[in-house]
Amino acid sequence: MIEFLFKGLIRDGSRSRLPLLVVIIGVALTILLHAYITGLMGETIEMNARFSNGHLKVMTKAYAENITQIPNDLALVDVNELLDVLNQNYDGIDWSPRIHFGGLIDVPDEEGETKSQGPAVGMGIDLLTPGSAELQRLNLTKSLVRGKLPASRGEALLGEGFSVKLRVDPGDHVTLIGSTMDGSMSFYNFLVSGTVSFGQEALDGGSIIADIEDVRYALNMENAAGEIVGFQKGGLYDNELALREAEKFKSIPTDDSGDFAPVMKSLSQQGNMGFYVNMSKVWSTYISLVFVIAMSLVLWNAGLLGGLRRYGEIGVRLAMGEEKGHVYRTMIYESAMIGIAGSILGTLIGLFFAWLIQKYGIDISGLMKGSSILFPAVLRAKITAADFYIGFIPGLVSTVTGTLLSGIGIYKRQTATLFKELDA
Amino acid sequence: MLILKMKFKNMRINPVFIVVLLFFSGSTQQDGDDILKKVENNISSENRVFESTMTIYGNRSSRIITSRTYAVGDQKSYTEYLSPAREQGTKMLKLENQLWIYSPSTDRIIQISGHMLRQSVMGSDLSYEDMMDDRKLTEVYSSRIVGHEEIDGRDTWILELTAKVTDVAYYSRKMWIDSGRYIPLREELYARSGQLLKSTSLSGVEKIGQRWFPTNILYKDMLKKGAGTEFNITSIKFNQEIPEYIFTKAALKQ
Repeated sequence: MIEFLFKGLIRDGSRSRLPLLVVIIGVALTILLHAYITGLMGETIEMNARFSNGHLKVMTKAYAENITQIPNDLALVDVNELLDVLNQNYDGIDWSPRIHFGGLIDVPDEEGETKSQGPAVGMGIDLLTPGSAELQRLNLTKSLVRGKLPASRGEALLGEGFSVKLRVDPGDHVTLIGSTMDGSMSFYNFLVSGTVSFGQEALDGGSIIADIEDVRYALNMENAAGEIVGFQKGGLYDNELALREAEKFKSIPTDDSGDFAPVMKSLSQQGNMGFYVNMSKVWSTYISLVFVIAMSLVLWNAGLLGGLRRYGEIGVRLAMGEEKGHVYRTMIYESAMIGIAGSILGTLIGLFFAWLIQKYGIDISGLMKGSSILFPAVLRAKITAADFYIGFIPGLVSTVTGTLLSGIGIYKRQTATLFKELDA
Repeated sequence: MLILKMKFKNMRINPVFIVVLLFFSGSTQQDGDDILKKVENNISSENRVFESTMTIYGNRSSRIITSRTYAVGDQKSYTEYLSPAREQGTKMLKLENQLWIYSPSTDRIIQISGHMLRQSVMGSDLSYEDMMDDRKLTEVYSSRIVGHEEIDGRDTWILELTAKVTDVAYYSRKMWIDSGRYIPLREELYARSGQLLKSTSLSGVEKIGQRWFPTNILYKDMLKKGAGTEFNITSIKFNQEIPEYIFTKAALKQ
């Protein structure tokens, strides 16, 4: 019978084409939106992780309590020894020490007097160790606008907007005026090797990035770091795993105690990120659910209309002696076939477009000009395992449900009135 | 007098009260100022050359920084840091209300102004702003005696000072002045809100020539944790021949 019904659907386009098209479009849109929301939320989390929070972060207790002030006087010391401990105990994490700092960038003229000056937010990261993952993590190679990446000590990158403001070009020298770990004023000369643009006004307009050893020397922070960030080797942030890893750190003995004892926090335990991680999960689920429900209603309605549209056909079949149950079952089988076919095709189409957005992204950097919040400039979708089956909820389940409901009317048809209906 | 009485009668103010108030407030003001002037006579000089050590008690460890300073009145001063190695060769030049720092590692002379003045000097509890404000207390504050107290066996006047100008780092101060030697032994510096910002304790008072001079000062930034900064004058000479070229920007790079 299945083969008979299938042939019937193929031969009679009026019974299959429109319902199939509706299911394909509905399923494709569902998958596309789900992948887009997942990508958007995840990309924002990853961006914050790469630039600021890491998937995990180790810092002193006092530093963690005052983190918004970047209190380098409360930084971790004996960092090399701490890194050994972390590498021994956490196989699946890549650890990198970082120093965040603030200060002024002073640009000298030919006389050595101040030509221009501007406040800067700086980051000392491992730029010069061969194979350092920090270059890729911050996407520095692709973010380079002018010049080149630092290749030796004493070189630094400036944000492109910052360099324009200060009238500084690659090859010029600038002086960092900052605070050392013990609170005294520090001065350090850098050669601007290049400029970078992250597409974020907040970063491009006032950032300086230098090798961590230069920053350590400048700020008198030998073998110290404000924080050690860790990234899960799987690539994407896994909150449950990160929470377990942070909990595990409490049982590892360390030399320091009190305010200078090291603590480990997952991304979701840092500042507002916990709220954001939970919110993104909830939002992602709710938005997807709302859309799935909406598409389900549409396709349910399509199923209903399909059943109602065949009122005459069903009447003829009943008049010819076909059993009501048999008619009902065939309708359900047909809608199931349309639902499956439409869901598969819709899933493929939806995944294709989601893949395009995942690979190439939607560039909104033009809209982000002047923004001071850290938000991705290129929005990307993220295909997950759920995208391979979520389309079947509206595509198959709703379509069949619609047919199930519309088919109930079959049992209310009276044989005695069938011929009258036919005459009409 | 009759007209005065009539006017005041209309205003319902007793003229005698006003006269008494004027008389006593004037005399209190005078007494407070008089004490401050004698303090300034001890502390201020035409010029001075001194060497000092500054012990900065940090969160984790202490640092000792030595320096040599040449100062003329309260308008010019030149300081060269002698140790430790990281600070050696750093120089500061103050001319009236301008301050420059020379950093040997960068070979740059940077003017410190604006919010940079609030930075701490070498990580101590003293800020550049504290160093810059060398105006006479009597020019900046009105004062009154509010009591007496004994500190380390010395009788002191307790003076309350309130700013009478707006461009001042500390709106009010409380000073304990040694009544015999006219040297402050303790000082508390307050914000306009009444928040205690800094405290100082002065000791090691020595007679140098005709004046008494404290050679040991403990500064404490009350908004920071830590034991403060101890400033110890190891040698001081007043009224010396100081070459004028020292107070030039060119001297910073020499």
